[in-house]
Amino acid sequence: MAEFLAFEGISKNFGPVCAVDHVSFAVKQGEIFSLLGPSGCGKTTLLRILGGFEEPDGGRILLNGQDLADLPPNQRKVNTIFQNYALFPHLTVRQNIAFGLQIAKRPAREIRAEVDRMLKLIQMTDQAHKKPHLISGGQKQRVAIARALILKPQILLLDEPLAALDLKLRQRMLIELDQIHDTVGITFIYVTHDQGESMSLSDHIAVMNKGRIEQIGTPSEIYEAPRSSFVAAFIGDTNILEGQVMEIYPQNNYCKLQLDGFPSTVLCYNDNNIKAGTTVYLSVRPEKFHVALEKPETKLHPEHNCVPGKVEDMVYMGAHTKFWVRVGDYRLAITQQHRRFLLDEAAIKWNDPVWVYWHGDDGFMLERYNESDEKINDPTVESAATASKAN
Amino acid sequence: MKTRAERKKTLHEWLITLPPVAWLTLLFVIPTLIVFAITFKPVVPGTGDIGKGWTLTTFRSLGNPNYPAIVWRTLWISVMNTTLCTLLAVPAGYFIARLAPRARSAYMMLVIIPFWTSFLIRIFAWKTLLHPEGPIHGALAWLHLIDPQALLLYNAWTVLLVMVYTHLPFAILPVYAAAEKFDFRLLEAARDLGATPLRAFFAVFLPGIRRGLITAILVVLIPSLGSYVIPDLMGGPSGEMIGNKIAQRTFVDRNLPHASGLSALLTLAVLIPMAGALLLQNKRQPERMMTEDA
Repeated sequence: MAEFLAFEGISKNFGPVCAVDHVSFAVKQGEIFSLLGPSGCGKTTLLRILGGFEEPDGGRILLNGQDLADLPPNQRKVNTIFQNYALFPHLTVRQNIAFGLQIAKRPAREIRAEVDRMLKLIQMTDQAHKKPHLISGGQKQRVAIARALILKPQILLLDEPLAALDLKLRQRMLIELDQIHDTVGITFIYVTHDQGESMSLSDHIAVMNKGRIEQIGTPSEIYEAPRSSFVAAFIGDTNILEGQVMEIYPQNNYCKLQLDGFPSTVLCYNDNNIKAGTTVYLSVRPEKFHVALEKPETKLHPEHNCVPGKVEDMVYMGAHTKFWVRVGDYRLAITQQHRRFLLDEAAIKWNDPVWVYWHGDDGFMLERYNESDEKINDPTVESAATASKAN
Repeated sequence: MKTRAERKKTLHEWLITLPPVAWLTLLFVIPTLIVFAITFKPVVPGTGDIGKGWTLTTFRSLGNPNYPAIVWRTLWISVMNTTLCTLLAVPAGYFIARLAPRARSAYMMLVIIPFWTSFLIRIFAWKTLLHPEGPIHGALAWLHLIDPQALLLYNAWTVLLVMVYTHLPFAILPVYAAAEKFDFRLLEAARDLGATPLRAFFAVFLPGIRRGLITAILVVLIPSLGSYVIPDLMGGPSGEMIGNKIAQRTFVDRNLPHASGLSALLTLAVLIPMAGALLLQNKRQPERMMTEDA
């Protein structure tokens, strides 16, 4: 079956640096597909290759089965929202939006009607006469979107479109982008380094690192079942514990892990059919851990793990509290929504001995582990030094 | 009654405006008015001194049928010079601005290097090059591109050639300065929206460096109109410009009112395009080359 958009073994080198390394993936028509990764991972290069601004050194891109190789940017049915929007400073909002149609030499009346329609879509009819330097960042972005959409592209490329906006505006534009996508229904390819943006917007995410794709999946697949330590650490925070698979329980597919320097064995769901005796890395998200002063006997299921520890640090974050708890040789990062679930429950304080417990389904095992990956988003590296400490 | 703060503000405005106004009045307005005034003074015959009283003699003699030809030649050489310099400066500025920063300074060096040699020496060098026994004349004659008897020197075209050579760096500098600040991603945006490279260049790049272009045009056009040395050395009688006539009236005829009259004409010819350019620049709101978030 022919894919809507397919990258086949795309490679790109800049001198000795390999920016994109034999990347292959397919995008479905009408979806929002994110390319997510740290800066320098090759995501923007990939987008520029698709836009026609860079030529790949190897591989090809097929759009509806047609090879894009020989099409210059002005002939591709693909339009881009550039990182800084690249609005033409000498043209008004209206002229910016009309630019593409004017280049295409469409009749003036049609251009006027189309631009009016676009201005209405982005709710900027009353700003049409302004030059770009007189409108706000969010408005600039909407103009950039309108300017691209007016050409009815098959694919809209968005290169970190929200990076220049402040947090509140970013959240609002994210919703607007989603609404625009629902209205126009074309395929979006969204490049970002912000996992939050890509998680909330995308149908599929390709996590990239060092010019390669680490994993492609839906946001929840990427978050809940990362296939590499890079993905686990890059998407959200995680704790990585090293150990060995001791025993597998075939009746429910759980396995028992012996973690180095950990007070007891732990249970974990074995969804990757890892064999007994394998060295694995257990990754547990901070929010999957729970902390309690008293051993929560009644709450525990047989699949729960429960270990004793000591609170080393805690930071009150408003919506939740971050704990750093010493368990054996590890310093676990844990987030809990409230310090106290009930008012009569005693508050957890510094140096308190606590119980840390989590369900066996909430950890996932990785066979591959790169020390350098983890540091990217290691919650223990992002220490309490910058945040204010709770008393 | 004005409040103290208001009075202080008024004083402040005066203090800021006064120096440039005084500067302009002393060094530009008064001398220009003197030149204009001398036009209406009589000349004392034989001495070259300015006489007493007022007369329209000079003003009338400006209608001399020789002048229109010279004024016309001055205008077309200046306009051609400005056009050619701008046409060469835009691709040069674009090319240099797109280079890596290190290469940029190397190329700018090449643009500036001629200034290390005296202007006069460079003009005489051209004279040697174009001389009937010089290398260019020889090469062109050998290639049968010109008649061996032809004279490359002492005509209006030679004046134009050397003027372009002299003024080109002055055109490249402002164009390059504007191009360097230009956000070249705008060209990609234009390409993305369907423009051919050429269309993107005209629709986005040229408007983007408009200020640099206007500066380049003024910086070349104004000195061209007042050229004296180049037409004097390269032009001969058929390459004479208005600057040469002013010099001739001053040093040969010792007729200062006449020289003043021609100068006044030239001043007006320079001031009018400049005022036009200023109006054009002020009409459009000042704008940034880059988007604000850049």
